[in-house]
Amino acid sequence: MNSLQQTKYFAGAITISLVVSIFFLWLLEAPLVDTAKLLVEGAFGTNQRIGDTFMIWVPLLLASASLVVTFSAGLWNIGVEGQIVAGAVAASFVAREVQGSTTVILTLMVIGGFVGGALWGLLVGVLRVRGGVNEIFGGIGLNFVATGLIVYLVIGPWSRDGVASTGGTEPFGPQAWFPTIDGLRVSPLALIIAFVSLASVMFLLSKTHFGLRLRATGKNPLAANRFGIATSRYLLMAFIIGGGVAGLAGVTQAGAVYHRLVPSISGGYGFLAILIVLLARFRGLWVIPIALFFATIAMASFQWQLRLGLHSALGGVIQGVLVLSVVLVMGYQEVRQQREQSNSRDDAAL
Amino acid sequence: MSLELRAITKRFGSVVANDTISLSVGSGEIHGLLGENGAGKSTLVKILSGFITRDQGEIELDGTKLHLLSPNEAVANGIGILHQEPLVFLPFSVVDNFLIGSPKEYGYAEAYEALSTISEQFGFDLNPDVSASNLSIGERQQLEIARLLWLGARVLILDEPTTAISSTQREKLFATIRDLADDGMSVIFVSHKLEEVQELCDRVTILREGKISASVDLPSPVEYLVSKMFGTGVLPKTRIARVNGSSLLELANASAFEQPGQIIDVNLSVSRGQIIGLAGLEGAGQRTLLRAMAGFVPFAEGSFRLQSAEISELDYLDRLGLGFYYLPADRQREGLVNGLSITEHVALSVTDQSKVINWNIARSEAAKRIEKFSIKGTVESTPESLSGGNQQRLLLALMPETPLLLLMEHPTRGLDIESAAWVWSYLLTLSESGTSIIFSSSDLEELTTYSDQIAVCFSGRIIDQFDVSEATVEELGLLIGGVHQR
Repeated sequence: MNSLQQTKYFAGAITISLVVSIFFLWLLEAPLVDTAKLLVEGAFGTNQRIGDTFMIWVPLLLASASLVVTFSAGLWNIGVEGQIVAGAVAASFVAREVQGSTTVILTLMVIGGFVGGALWGLLVGVLRVRGGVNEIFGGIGLNFVATGLIVYLVIGPWSRDGVASTGGTEPFGPQAWFPTIDGLRVSPLALIIAFVSLASVMFLLSKTHFGLRLRATGKNPLAANRFGIATSRYLLMAFIIGGGVAGLAGVTQAGAVYHRLVPSISGGYGFLAILIVLLARFRGLWVIPIALFFATIAMASFQWQLRLGLHSALGGVIQGVLVLSVVLVMGYQEVRQQREQSNSRDDAAL
Repeated sequence: MSLELRAITKRFGSVVANDTISLSVGSGEIHGLLGENGAGKSTLVKILSGFITRDQGEIELDGTKLHLLSPNEAVANGIGILHQEPLVFLPFSVVDNFLIGSPKEYGYAEAYEALSTISEQFGFDLNPDVSASNLSIGERQQLEIARLLWLGARVLILDEPTTAISSTQREKLFATIRDLADDGMSVIFVSHKLEEVQELCDRVTILREGKISASVDLPSPVEYLVSKMFGTGVLPKTRIARVNGSSLLELANASAFEQPGQIIDVNLSVSRGQIIGLAGLEGAGQRTLLRAMAGFVPFAEGSFRLQSAEISELDYLDRLGLGFYYLPADRQREGLVNGLSITEHVALSVTDQSKVINWNIARSEAAKRIEKFSIKGTVESTPESLSGGNQQRLLLALMPETPLLLLMEHPTRGLDIESAAWVWSYLLTLSESGTSIIFSSSDLEELTTYSDQIAVCFSGRIIDQFDVSEATVEELGLLIGGVHQR
């Protein structure tokens, strides 16, 4: 399959999703032109909005980078949400307990968040590799545990003085706040962390022996083993790295967005990132624009609701339609490709 | 009732799995279909059962042409298949299994009655209300046969039915088959076991490499059947057995078990540069022996020594470090990683492990190996786009240059003649530079041409081992069939 054909299929999928989305808008009697205009204006109309869009972009990039690692190893890491939470909890611990300069605290928050997410991911990995529990079920289970843990912390040990509410902990001290540019809510440091993480993941997967072995394990564990790869170890490493990067999303959510721990800290960005990575066909570079587009839609949803009275779920519907179309069309393309190959190959194993 | 196949042809890519197969089975006839694994038996059975569609040819049942585009159509037309593993839903009761797939609107009352009638007729002892998981494999076959009869099977095809059952159960099964034939059923008995076909069948069709190599009435001399199964042709010059002094590897009283397959009390000694061919029918233990030596299957008993060091406890990765290498028969599933390019495979196989890959070096190394191993592909080609011959060349290209021991399943199965010759010329060079090779094959010519020694496997044991000059192809065939002792 050459890249021209692949581009054609992709363009076809985008067209389908556009048509279906427009159909939904028509059903809702939404003004098409205004809706489209608000998509751009809502996300990029003012400096403030650009900042907010980028603020949503950060966790999407980090969670996607995490998923690129685990998907490359052939794993469906649905537990990414829990790993974000674990990273946020670890970062909050640092922010609450460590005294020191901003540099020291932020560094420790980043390291702590990575370790927290990595350990949470490792749990899923150990369940999978040693216990034979499919990572989807292990991940979902641990997502619930993580949610439980965060609620317990917020209304229990870390609750505000005299208040038992799920609204969140006391705000962190100012040393634990990620620096922002005046008037914008996005932290440049968070953006840098996101891009450095994504670049590191891409480098790891495409340029190193470790990454190559990880990809081989993901594509064919049996054959990878024949090449002398200890596949279980590589699966565990994928969970550690993936969990760690997802944990960083928790760090930026806690340190750069909320400045405290709140129960909804992961914001569902982990699940959204699964869609992004599926759309990007597991390639890091594609994650960047797709994640930005998803952030754009998320921002536009607010404006659609505010200005046109459209339901806030519309953004999710459009994202879902887009992913479904691409997955369906690309799946169809793969089936066709396999058929062509089986016709041109002497595989008479039957 | 008579089944007639005319010029059935089925291609998979460049391989012709069934090449103008014609055969006819009359009413009351038990017709054997004999051949080694890969000969095309399974393809033919799958065509008859509607799982795959033929490219050309006609199927006629009692003078009516059948299309057989799906398993449903096959059943509706009266073709019943008893699969190697009976298709029984274990958690369900016997009577539920009996009812499953019944296209008619029958209820439990009819099912109970029919099951008891059929059971009585053939002496089956099937309690309709027990869970099917309590049945032995033999009883599951009885259940399946009863079900097929109820569905109106007029032709019964049994695909390797004796693989998993005891000899008592086998006698029972054979008696049932004879009863069915006496009632006028046309039976096709698919097997690679000579003696069973001799015992049971009226006539046999032998497949070899997708073609009919013989179709004769039984009984017929075993030598003849073996030669038609394996093919002999002109015997090329045999190699002079090479035994360079002391042995390198020593396998003593070794047993190992896997699912499926076993080796029992095997002794084997390998010296440096020696080539040992493992002969035997499919499933006689060659695969398990190779896999146990490679470290995939643990030894249950016995010792495995390299020079004098005991290595039976080491796993595959450890043995890889000792210079062992294993090349599987299923090259795509077990050998190569689909989706990774040849360059990536080369980078995967190098032992010098710097952290970062220099893709330029990897690419030029890949290009070098493509040239040296004459692989028809580019550095960017992925295994799934290569032919079988080129996949095997690629696997050899990825191997360390001179491993200590090469364990190889069916080195040339599915390969074109040119690739097969190339593979062996390369293996012989390896052996000359000191690599010991143990390979399995179902090609007698390959075994006698390239081995220094041949070990004959039968039912998990090595029943004979000799220098290649000491036996003829005919004798080897008889040994493999387990019907002859030297």
